[in-house]
Amino acid sequence: MAVADLAGARLRPVAGDRDRRARRVMLALIAVLGAVSVLSLGTGASGTSLWAALGKLARGEEIGLREEVILFDIRLPRLAMGAMVGAALAVSGAVMQGLFRNPLADPGLVGVGAGAGLGAICAIVLGAALPFALGDTLGQYLVPVAAFFGGWATTILLYRLSTSRGRTSVAVMLLGGIALGALAGALSGILIYMADDAQLRDLTFWGLGSLAGATWDKVLVAGPLIALALAATPFLARALNALALGEGPAAHLGIAVQRMKNISILTVAAATGAAVAVSGGIGFVGIVVPHLLRLITGPDHRYLLVNSALLGAALLIAADMIARTVIAPAELPIGIVTATLGGPFFLWILLRNRSLLDL
Amino acid sequence: MLSAADIHVDLAGAPVLRGVSLTARPGGMTVIVGPNGSGKTTLLRALTQDLPCRGAIRLDGDDIAYMPGWRLATRRAVLPQASRIAFPFTVLEIVRLGLMAAGSPPPPGRASDALARVGLAGFEGRFYQELSGGEQQRTQLARVLCQVWEPVGPDGARWLFLDEPVSSLDIGHQIEVMDRMADYAARGGGVIAVMHDLNLTAMYADQVILLAAGRCLAAGPPAEVLTDDLLSRAYGCALRVNTAPPAPATFLLPHMARRVG
Repeated sequence: MAVADLAGARLRPVAGDRDRRARRVMLALIAVLGAVSVLSLGTGASGTSLWAALGKLARGEEIGLREEVILFDIRLPRLAMGAMVGAALAVSGAVMQGLFRNPLADPGLVGVGAGAGLGAICAIVLGAALPFALGDTLGQYLVPVAAFFGGWATTILLYRLSTSRGRTSVAVMLLGGIALGALAGALSGILIYMADDAQLRDLTFWGLGSLAGATWDKVLVAGPLIALALAATPFLARALNALALGEGPAAHLGIAVQRMKNISILTVAAATGAAVAVSGGIGFVGIVVPHLLRLITGPDHRYLLVNSALLGAALLIAADMIARTVIAPAELPIGIVTATLGGPFFLWILLRNRSLLDL
Repeated sequence: MLSAADIHVDLAGAPVLRGVSLTARPGGMTVIVGPNGSGKTTLLRALTQDLPCRGAIRLDGDDIAYMPGWRLATRRAVLPQASRIAFPFTVLEIVRLGLMAAGSPPPPGRASDALARVGLAGFEGRFYQELSGGEQQRTQLARVLCQVWEPVGPDGARWLFLDEPVSSLDIGHQIEVMDRMADYAARGGGVIAVMHDLNLTAMYADQVILLAAGRCLAAGPPAEVLTDDLLSRAYGCALRVNTAPPAPATFLLPHMARRVG
């Protein structure tokens, strides 16, 4: 709080200026993310204590192999992946909503998620039919890589579909996205019909979304893409604010509208593709997180994007903690947790703001 | 100086503007008038590059098609006709958006000053979406004023392009806003506005462009363009203009055109 107060002290607070509040929320979210991370590292089915291990390390003692594996090879990559995926889903939701000027736009809605899903399902069902050399080289990367390319291809296709003579129609993009999503869903259905029992089990767990398979390898596959996408967002913030006025007014404010649309689309494709690839379909994060933050600190993207990343990360880490402890030693797919918490919460928001919500 | 030569615009295959040329000088207000469908808004949208058009538009001799957007944004601001905004921004947040195009960081109270100039002092914390149509229009005007605050900048005169700036305002606010625009022009800026109201046009315009069926019927000072003959031809009804004492100010009453049955 102290930093925010110092930064805000020079300006007299003006009615309608929510910058100070947004900065305070940012600091609070950093603290929450830190707390949730520590809590998540300390909890798990095995009962291994983070504090005991840290205490041993502090006294210069060796920690046991079991503790080391559980903390550094199971819980830590899982924490990293939860943070990455949560941040990626929330930020790609916020960017897409800004781009479409619609609070309900979400990568899941415009078919990017479905396209990534189709890629992953292709890999699971048809992966065995690949030439041996290719399948062997890709190995465990096959599903993530296929999902990323599925999401990316859908975005490019959607973009071509809705852009003519350098102008992107938001209406065509939304409707085309729904059609592409349905098509990807149908193709996925055909593949699922063809799948054998073992593949079906894999598919079901992938489809519900889970961080259970988190490994350092997966973190390294998805990490750079997500980092790149997050790094692009500060450059988009002002442009997305201007775009809220409409494309023409944004251009008159000096925004290179077409270029910022291209960057937004690539950002969303990279973040969503990478997140879906490693974690399957985790719903509601991309739509609930930005919406909630807009209610608290307003739609200014200079804060909304950063705060979405922080809250998305914290939320997914917390959801994962619930997923792996409520029925321990078994675990729930995290998609079930986010949907059970996110669904009713989202409905409550909708009901409260029914009159304000403008499509 | 802003000049447009031989502007053609086709919308959905039909010609809307058929070779309109105009020259507007800073230090005065140029008002585009004409009946519905004559191409007023289309002309303004062509001048601001919102619509693709044939013909050249030059700002102080430079073809604006080749000027980068950020530089144009420091020279001109555009008030759109109706504006729906996507997210729940406050009035202050909307007005501040105008500041992003301004080069050097403006003084902190600039947005509130702009609101005061359009008669919206104290509206900073209100939500844009909860305002009346006229208040929204004036909020947008404050945003546009923030963008080109000083009428003359280092590169020359700055320009305001206004599409029906007073269409949803009451008469008091119409006069207030038009005075503001006239003042902007008097201090060296350029103002180009599309207007419906011929009386306000007669009161405030330094140059009137009268459009009819996509062509420029007449251009010049109000007294030369707002005549019985030209207006009756443009609007397709028998209009009679009058002058009011003490100064010879043109006005017209719709009563004169009514066909009494």
